[in-house]
Amino acid sequence: MPNAESRPEILYDHQLESTLASVDASEEIAKTLASQLGFDEEQTYHIGYAVREAVVNAVVHGNLYNANKRVRLLVERAAPWLQVTVEDEGMGFEEGRQADPLAVENLLSQSGRGILIIRAFMDEVSIGRTAGGGTRIVMRKSLPPPA
Amino acid sequence: MNLKLTTRQVGDVTVVDAAGRITLGEGSSTFRDTIKSLVNQGQKKILVNLGEVTYIDSSGIGELVSGYTTVSNAGGKLKLLNLTKRVHDLLQITKLYTVFDVFDEEAKALASF
Repeated sequence: MPNAESRPEILYDHQLESTLASVDASEEIAKTLASQLGFDEEQTYHIGYAVREAVVNAVVHGNLYNANKRVRLLVERAAPWLQVTVEDEGMGFEEGRQADPLAVENLLSQSGRGILIIRAFMDEVSIGRTAGGGTRIVMRKSLPPPA
Repeated sequence: MNLKLTTRQVGDVTVVDAAGRITLGEGSSTFRDTIKSLVNQGQKKILVNLGEVTYIDSSGIGELVSGYTTVSNAGGKLKLLNLTKRVHDLLQITKLYTVFDVFDEEAKALASF
């Protein structure tokens, strides 16, 4: 049986509107929580950046700015991780079907780099489907050691 | 801070001094509109100074690439000046360091056109 410390602690769990304002808000929420957990300035920037990109994908590509659809932002302290989950109500996303943004023929593409940067900035990233068929991205970053 | 763009002419090179955030929405569209306007005016040597840019998201990176393509297709060149460490890191992650000509000194950048 897991001890109390291993149980995830929910730090934030809200359904956000599919707007650019939600993108900005999500980045700020993630940065604030990361800072409170003791991440340094660079790590906090990376976490905020990854969350911003994930929520952009959810708002723009998942929910297509649909005012009737929501983006779930869930932030948990799940030792040894900070775990952030972003879910949308879109049609789902298959990473393997996306063009490789690092391929020479794709370097001049205007889009398609978000997931690449998320993977560079976070320690673990998994992408799957919600029960409703939307996209769920789970991003983890190792918690800093206790001060 | 929203994106602020200021253009100045140094010889036949147009320098675009950028400050703030280039992100999805207003920042990206401001950058795109400015580059297109310069190209439409016949400017073919464009140096984008990113020294005061505090943040670029993937959409903003896409606008840098789009600007590069727009200027190149018009027969010109778009180069980058004064990258912060964070922007430098993003260009490395995305391999765009292999695409852009990047400079740390304005004089050298101007002389390279």
